[in-house]
Amino acid sequence: MYVLTSLRSAWLTFKHLFHRTETVQYPEQMPYLAPRTRGRIVLTRDPDGHERCVSCYLCSAVCPCDCISLQRTSAPNQWQPEFFRINFSRCIFCGLCEEACPTSAIQLIPDFEMSEYNRQNLVYEKENLLIAGTGKVPEYNYYRVAGIDAFGKHKGEGPAERPPVDPRGLMP
Amino acid sequence: MSVLFAFLHALALLLAVVTLAAFLTWVERRVLGFWQDRLGPNRVGWQGILQVAADMIKIFFKQDWIPGFADKPTFIAAPIIVLASVLLAFAVIPFGNGVDIVGALNVGLLFFLGMTSLSVYGVVLAGWSSRSKFSLLGGMRAAAQMISYEVFMGIAVIGVVMQAGSFNLEKIVAAQTHIWFIVPQFFGFLAFFIAGIAEAHRLPFDLPEGENELGAGFHTEYSSMKFGMFFVGEYAGIVLLSALSVALYFGGGHGPIFPPIIWFALKSSFFVIFLILLRAALPRPRYDQLMSYGWKLMFPLAIGNLAVTGGVMIALGQ
Ligand code: SF4
Ligand code: SF4
Repeated sequence: MYVLTSLRSAWLTFKHLFHRTETVQYPEQMPYLAPRTRGRIVLTRDPDGHERCVSCYLCSAVCPCDCISLQRTSAPNQWQPEFFRINFSRCIFCGLCEEACPTSAIQLIPDFEMSEYNRQNLVYEKENLLIAGTGKVPEYNYYRVAGIDAFGKHKGEGPAERPPVDPRGLMP
Repeated sequence: MSVLFAFLHALALLLAVVTLAAFLTWVERRVLGFWQDRLGPNRVGWQGILQVAADMIKIFFKQDWIPGFADKPTFIAAPIIVLASVLLAFAVIPFGNGVDIVGALNVGLLFFLGMTSLSVYGVVLAGWSSRSKFSLLGGMRAAAQMISYEVFMGIAVIGVVMQAGSFNLEKIVAAQTHIWFIVPQFFGFLAFFIAGIAEAHRLPFDLPEGENELGAGFHTEYSSMKFGMFFVGEYAGIVLLSALSVALYFGGGHGPIFPPIIWFALKSSFFVIFLILLRAALPRPRYDQLMSYGWKLMFPLAIGNLAVTGGVMIALGQ
């Protein structure tokens, strides 16, 4: 009994010799990566070409690996980070930073080929992270929809905004 | 002069067997890969054929570490015993065409059984001298498994010995000119082959190693070439088991057209591939299942085979 079932499973396994193999011969044969693949992290710019990041520290706070380190610039009324550092030797590419970011500044892109011989080289600085474009969110500009005074836009002038209510003009 | 020649002859056979065993590590991974819808190692050299060389270089340059808590002399002796006992057993395999060393030894089969019993010591001593729990558990399992399977392995081959009337492996092969012993000794072959797998502690009977429960079992603490010796010993054990199955049950080198050595190699490679296939197909039994298969199923089967063989021989008046 045991022998027969064993021989049967041996035969079924043997037939796999003639099946197609699933292996992807990686460096020669690149697998398709979906645009949402979570890989290397970039910092994007808004459609006007300004840095999107407003140094809110949300990404650094949410990161489960504590691998984001940043500091807001000391210039008054300026919000871009003075330095922005991601330690990719600790990052687990969970994408939580991307979810937390209110300005869509930090984004994960489909690239995972980041091998280095020296571990220090896996610490990316702002100039390594910052890209020229808008990444996955083309139209979005945080200051245009945030409802605040910024870049010559006054309160209530944004696309989905109504003019601010005058509390003193409200009659019962 | 003849002493020198015999020495060189033995050396050549040893080298051939060790090379073959090392080569088998690549064959196994490649073929296993195909059976699991993968490709296996195919990068080093043509179709990955030089993988063996790469592995050898790697394993030689690994740190050869002996744990401080281990029993040093025994720890070093264990892999040597395993490899040496397997390699020595090759001396009696009747390859034919003058390739074998002492294929006509009058106690050839007993010599083989003795050598497999010796290799149990290597495994048990490895487990014991490592002084770690996983190794010891592996060694204990090896002792129980290999000793109980050895019992009916011996009983199973007695059927062949009775029919051939000799322990001499060359005579056993010669006795199969008309009919291979697989036909009259089918159940004997079954018991022998299963016991052989357990002796070589190959999957599905690799409980002494049991990667997912014991780390690496009896060789958990071994590294570098000492581990390599266990490894080569295991693969040489596969070749040995295949060669012996061919010699005992499948007519050795008998076959049309080709010289005996070619037929021997062909039949043996069939069994080697079959052993790899079993590894790909079968799950490892639980330890108590292993023991009860051995004692409650295989042991009575071997004894019954022996009794029937004897009865038929008396009835036929041989
Ligand atoms: S992907 Fe996850 S681990 Fe990596 S920086 Fe973002 S939050 Fe941290
Ligand atoms: S969450 Fe976005 S905006 Fe805030 S600090 Fe991180 S990257 Fe900058």
